[in-house]
Amino acid sequence: MSGLFAALYSGAAGILSIIDPFCGLAGVFRWFGAGTHLACGDTGWGDEIAYGFLVTASLAIATLPVGLVIGFFVALAKQSNERSLRLAANIYTTIFRGLPELLTLFIVYYGLQILVQQFLGTLGYEGPVEINAFAAGMIALGVVFSAYCSEVLLSAFKAIPQGQYEAGDALGLHRAKTMRLIILPQLVRIALPGLGNLWMALLKDTALVSVVGLPDILRQTGIAARVTKEAFQFFGIACILFLILAMVSSIAFSALERWTKRAEMRR
Amino acid sequence: MSIADTMIPPQAPPPVPPRPYTLTRFLGSVALGIWLALGVGIFFTVVEGWDPEKLSRYGPSFLSGLGVTLTLVTSSILIGAVLSLPVALGRMSKHKLWSWLAYAYVYFFRGTPLITQLFLAYYGLGSFRPQLESIGLWWFFRDAWNCALFTFALNTAAYQAEILRGAIESVPRGQHEGAAALGLPERVAFFKVILPQAMIVALRPYGNEIILMIKGSAIVAIVTVFDLMGETRRAFSRTFDFQMYVWAAALYLLMVELLRNIWGWLEARLTRHLKR
Repeated sequence: MSGLFAALYSGAAGILSIIDPFCGLAGVFRWFGAGTHLACGDTGWGDEIAYGFLVTASLAIATLPVGLVIGFFVALAKQSNERSLRLAANIYTTIFRGLPELLTLFIVYYGLQILVQQFLGTLGYEGPVEINAFAAGMIALGVVFSAYCSEVLLSAFKAIPQGQYEAGDALGLHRAKTMRLIILPQLVRIALPGLGNLWMALLKDTALVSVVGLPDILRQTGIAARVTKEAFQFFGIACILFLILAMVSSIAFSALERWTKRAEMRR
Repeated sequence: MSIADTMIPPQAPPPVPPRPYTLTRFLGSVALGIWLALGVGIFFTVVEGWDPEKLSRYGPSFLSGLGVTLTLVTSSILIGAVLSLPVALGRMSKHKLWSWLAYAYVYFFRGTPLITQLFLAYYGLGSFRPQLESIGLWWFFRDAWNCALFTFALNTAAYQAEILRGAIESVPRGQHEGAAALGLPERVAFFKVILPQAMIVALRPYGNEIILMIKGSAIVAIVTVFDLMGETRRAFSRTFDFQMYVWAAALYLLMVELLRNIWGWLEARLTRHLKR
């Protein structure tokens, strides 16, 4: 069984190394970076930076569903009839929208470390504990994203007329089914521009996780800059890579927006 | 026809049925309970770890860090406001070159993380030390605080230019035409008719931008500027006391909430003529 996973993993890694846009068969660094600091392999920093790009993109993509799900439920809590639930949800957004992302990250990273250490200490383990930077980044950015996301979704909920819920009742749909079949499709359509902005902010916030040691674009280029003393070149490359991520996502979001609006009447 | 001579005696209204104990009510109590437990827990750890010596040693440095943060944010917002004017004009200009240049500027500063821009200025400009020395600007870029101010001002200028442009373009065409029909010169029309209306639209985004700058300014701690975050990190690395982060969080929350409330009041005050 483990052999199967190893085979799958090496297969995926092999495919990834072929289609890699930086150091793959048609990679930018392979064709244009040879002989410079950006060469692939042991002579240059091309493959390290490509790995950083992959880490940044996967952190953002892994955080997105966490933030969306938490944000959805916080938005539901904010528009519930129950006062205590509304209050709790509002405290959540006030705190996590007001704190700097970097501070949230540090609180999650060091706080989690202390908590885990104390927990293991009660179990009798007294060794050093290190929290995975990727997990800490995912939690911190996910929480911040969900706080903003709940506001976007709340205003989208308010834009859906009450009659839509009543129509669901009239059709005899269960409440969960009304939500899934009637409300959610409209919600996505209304909230998509706001969510697109939040996604851009999330992409940019991932750069902060390099501070706690995640080997993302900024950390990899920072190491390269320190070793080669070509700081401007490498941080410039980091900027360009983030711009590429922003451009790709804005293209993807406009395609998504067109797709969600495909049923709307054209005038 | 009969006349009722005995009235029904006045009665108390029927008792209000007790609020049903629903799932949402349960969830609300649980959520509030979690917050309450967290608050009480933090309160007790603070009380338990209360150390007058620590307070007297790190309290003043926290205050000076707060001062650095506020100075940095205020000055970069003000410089950025000045710089944003030409950028916004360029964005709205009919001249292809200017509008393209301004667009590229805005796209770069809005599309890349602030921390990358800061590294580019602080570490990256060190690569050009001979050139900078020859034009006599090296003393400026040698200092981390100056680099942070430089980056933040340029960054917020890009965001403020977009805010300004959006606000000016949101003023309906009829206002321009009305001013022209009254024979107002273009300058007067802009400053007396267009800009006041645009500023009301821009008020809320400006507030958000200031809050974003306060939060974003925390990253200067990484390039050795001792703002609030920098002082917090220094205190934490010396004491390993998690309370330091709690204090910093409280101060940041206080700043942001204060600004948000002031801004809300300001907006209500300035738009009171628009209420119906």
